[in-house]
Parts: sequence; C-alpha cells; structure tokens
Amino acid sequence: MKRINLLLLAAVLVLSAIPLLLPVSDGMSEPFPGADDQGKAAIIASHPDYKPWFTPLWEPPSGEIVNLMFALQGALGAGLLGYYIGLKRGQAQGRRRNDTDASD
Amino acid sequence: MHIMEGFLPPLHAAAWTAVSLPFVVTGARRVVRIVKQHPHAKLLLAACGAFTFVLSALKLPSVTGSCSHPTGAGLGAILFGPSVMAVLGCIVLLFQALLLAHGGITTLGANVFSMAIVGPWVAYGVFKLLRSVGGALTVAVFFAATLGDLATYLVTAVQLALAFPDPISGFAGAVVKFAGVFALTQIPLAISEGLLTVIVINLLTQYSRDELDELAFTAEVAG
Repeated sequence: MKRINLLLLAAVLVLSAIPLLLPVSDGMSEPFPGADDQGKAAIIASHPDYKPWFTPLWEPPSGEIVNLMFALQGALGAGLLGYYIGLKRGQAQGRRRNDTDASD
Repeated sequence: MHIMEGFLPPLHAAAWTAVSLPFVVTGARRVVRIVKQHPHAKLLLAACGAFTFVLSALKLPSVTGSCSHPTGAGLGAILFGPSVMAVLGCIVLLFQALLLAHGGITTLGANVFSMAIVGPWVAYGVFKLLRSVGGALTVAVFFAATLGDLATYLVTAVQLALAFPDPISGFAGAVVKFAGVFALTQIPLAISEGLLTVIVINLLTQYSRDELDELAFTAEVAG
C-alpha cells in the first residue's frame, strides 16, 4: 500500500513537472498565467463594453499578501488532514499493540 | 474555475445564487445530521474539508502553458454524499473570495454551483456507477475524482458562455473558447486530483476502517 501511494505521488509530481520542462508557454506574454485571469481576459476581449459591477470587498494589498493567504489556506488544509491521518495511524497501531499484548 | 468578482451580469449572478442556495441549505442539514448520527465521523468530515482547502490552494502548471488548481471535492462526495460538499466547497470559496479576492461574493453562487454541486454530484455518480458494474474501489475513486474535477471546469465554461456569448460564433463558440481556457488546462490537473484522492482513500481504508464502517462505506467497498 505504501509503495502504491508513493508511486501515485511520484506520478502527480511528474504530471506537474512536465509542463515546466516543455516549451508550452513560449510566445505567451507571461508564462503560466492563471486560467481564472485568462477567463477574465477572454471576457474583456469579446465584450469590451462590459463593466464589472462589483469589486472585491477587500483585496490583498500586494502579491506577497496573496502568497501569504494561499500558503495559509494550504497550511490549514494540510495541517488538519495530516493531523487526522497521523491520529488514525497511531490509533490503529495502538490497537494492534493491545491485540498482541492480549494474546501473549 | 473561479469566476471573478463582478464578472457575471447581475441577473446571472442572482440566478446562480438562487439555484445553488437550496443545495447549500440541504447540505447544511445533512452535515448537522451526520455530526449527530455519527459523531465519530466528525473529524473525517473535517478532513474532507481540509483536503479541499489544500487542493484548491495548489496552483499547478498545465500543458496549455497556464495554471489552474484542482478542487478536492470528489473525496467528500464519495465518502459523505455529494450534498455535504455544497457546504464544504462554499466555505472554501468564501475564504478565497473574502481573503484572496479570488472569485467573489456576486459570483459565489455560480462558483458554488460548478465546484461544490456539479463536481461532487458527477464524482458521486461516476463512483456509484463504476462500483455497481464491479469496478475496483481505487479505479472508481480515480475516475470519480478526475471526472468530477473536469465537470466543474466545463460548467464554469458554460456559465461564462451563457453570460458572454461570442459576438460572432454565439453561445456554442463561447463554450468552446472558455472550455479551451478552463477545461483543457484542467485535464492533467484533474488526473492529479484523481491520483491524490486515491492516495487518501488508500490511507483511509488502512487506518480509518471504523469510521468507514460507521458510514457504511466499507459495505460499499466489499459489495
């Protein structure tokens, strides 16, 4: 199981690394833009008269703060997920240990 | 899949909010019921939310030369049913709209519909279908998470095409255009999401048998 999971993880890493190694964003004004921003740009290109009628209530004042918030989001998720899996693994080990103790 | 703040005309924004609201309300009721009936599964439910938090924070490069992110919505849909994800997805989208100016309040309904409703229902449907025809658990999980993720991005493309049909090629042309931006980019990312979801399910079937039993998920696995 561990080996399968490591292989799956390696596949994800390869899938994510391939685009970085290929010349896929050659000729783009900026390499690897966000698809969400491209979607916005496509709207503006086909409907130049459209005026967004609402602006974000709060915007991170700089790219650094955006990074902070994304890192925070990832850390909250990874922290909780890691806690859960670690807890469950520990509980499973404890149960196994108790079982072997009881059978002694 | 985020439609940016203000980038849906008011009528569209209101309509998608009206469509999504009942799903979120039903989902919230279901979350309350799950927490009451299966208190032991509470932490697993939170872990499913956490998975969505991590995955939607990962902006990955794609072969189209642009970046997008997985959604992580398939896992919770498979384990707890799709309606639960309407709530968890809504929380993630609110976090991003308020703290990251990513997505928006006016487009929340539309974004919830694609990421937290259609994606999870597709994932759930694919999972049930593959299991019912005897597909292996990991295979069913992989295709469920992958296709659910792709469906989300296709819905975003359709939503934008409805609001912004192409001046020349109309709605159909706009679907193709927006799908080129969103869904094409998403293909390798959706595969990554499928693989990551299988990893988590592998860990859960190994360590969280008791919770999965309680959710009658292992009956599902055995059956």
